[in-house]
Amino acid sequence: MKLLFTKEHEWVKVDGKTATMGISDHAQHSLGDITFVELPAIGAVCKQSAQIATVESVKAASDVYAPVSGKVTEINDEVEATPETLNISPYEKGWICKIELSNKEELSSLMDQAQYDEYVKGL
Amino acid sequence: MENKNTPLLEEHEDLKAKIASFGGWNMPIQYTSIITEHNWTRENCSIFDICHMGEFMIYGDPVQTGIDNILTQDFKNADDNTCHYGFMLNKNAGIIDDVIIYKIEKDKFMLVVNAATTVKDEQNLMDNLHSGAIIENISEKTAKIDVQGPMSADVVEQLAGAGIRDLKYYRFGFYNVLGENVIISRTGYTGELGFEIYIKTEKAVELWQTLLKDTRVKPAGLGARDTLRLEMSYPLYGHELDDQTTPYEAGLDRFVDMDKDFIGKSKLQENTKKKLCCFVTDSRRSPRHGHKIFKNNKQIGFVTSGSFSPSIGFAIGMGYVEKKEDEINNEIVIKDDRMQINAKIVKRPFYKQGTFKIELA
Repeated sequence: MKLLFTKEHEWVKVDGKTATMGISDHAQHSLGDITFVELPAIGAVCKQSAQIATVESVKAASDVYAPVSGKVTEINDEVEATPETLNISPYEKGWICKIELSNKEELSSLMDQAQYDEYVKGL
Repeated sequence: MENKNTPLLEEHEDLKAKIASFGGWNMPIQYTSIITEHNWTRENCSIFDICHMGEFMIYGDPVQTGIDNILTQDFKNADDNTCHYGFMLNKNAGIIDDVIIYKIEKDKFMLVVNAATTVKDEQNLMDNLHSGAIIENISEKTAKIDVQGPMSADVVEQLAGAGIRDLKYYRFGFYNVLGENVIISRTGYTGELGFEIYIKTEKAVELWQTLLKDTRVKPAGLGARDTLRLEMSYPLYGHELDDQTTPYEAGLDRFVDMDKDFIGKSKLQENTKKKLCCFVTDSRRSPRHGHKIFKNNKQIGFVTSGSFSPSIGFAIGMGYVEKKEDEINNEIVIKDDRMQINAKIVKRPFYKQGTFKIELA
């Protein structure tokens, strides 16, 4: 399944109506050691580009934005106890939550891997 | 004003360090990860580029020149080769800087100061030293590399000889390192056994590279330096200390010699309005500089430093609270606009297994 990315360095992977999201490898690398993750509540309604979670590294706290609008159906509460999972496995074990998409058309505003890599290079 | 570079900047770049601005200097924040470097320092040996700090040579009788009156610590009758931590205060007992004075011999001292405060420190010295004093700012020509960790004595011994093992905590000596006569003190800012090496700037790269050839040694950045010092509840100028804060407020009374005269002495008592406290949270979420401290829904203070503590596994911090609220076990709440963290005031230091005072065989 292919990954799509936001300019704020979240990724999303869509399977039918469900989008799994997290932060990109570039994001985890820039933040450094991640020491805390605040997850959204299951059932929370999120809007594309609005804050959905918080991650903290030793040096700073950063907002995580929803890559798509919808309803949170699942959260990865394992990362609460082991936030470093976001460093070690940002695209697999370090996922943050699953969102039931409310508007599939929003996906067209996201970047694919090649576009995102190009975008990161230009930063 | 453009940032300054230490003589080791290229070394840091070659090691792929993250570089950031600190106190007017481009400094390495981390090479790999802050927590990895932190743990390596607690268990092995790390080296830190501390060339940004300032050094002054001061010549003359300490009382006649006025240097004794500028510093709060008792050092004038101390033995040669001893280090003394204390403060330069303004007339209101606010802290201009926290400094270490090295007594080299009779009428010869080295004063080590913070990087961001070097200019105002020099001004304060010029304003208050008497005409007989000779003062030389040797910051530019002096490089400083800190070697810290339980294995640091073994590492430094390879360079400076077995005599290094005789150095007691807060003492220093002159040693031959890379053909130079250098000052090495048994001091540091991590809570671990450690040494600070002062060498001429041209030799900094060679010393850095030589130290890194030892497989027990890894470089550590200012990120780890900050979490290490916080676990020891050591104050950082600009956070716990500033010119609006007295040593009494910071709980550092023991570095103030009330048996002598010094600038600011008369205001120490009356200007004690807040107290520094250390607190442990029940969460991994970090309190940050500027967050507010509450008790029973009333603000009683503010956070000066905070971080997730790699050694303790919870977030810890320091901050100022109203005078009588600094009691151990006092339960407080840390807040900012969108979150709150429960915390409890504890005794310092947070980390109690530090090897800094260990006896060397």
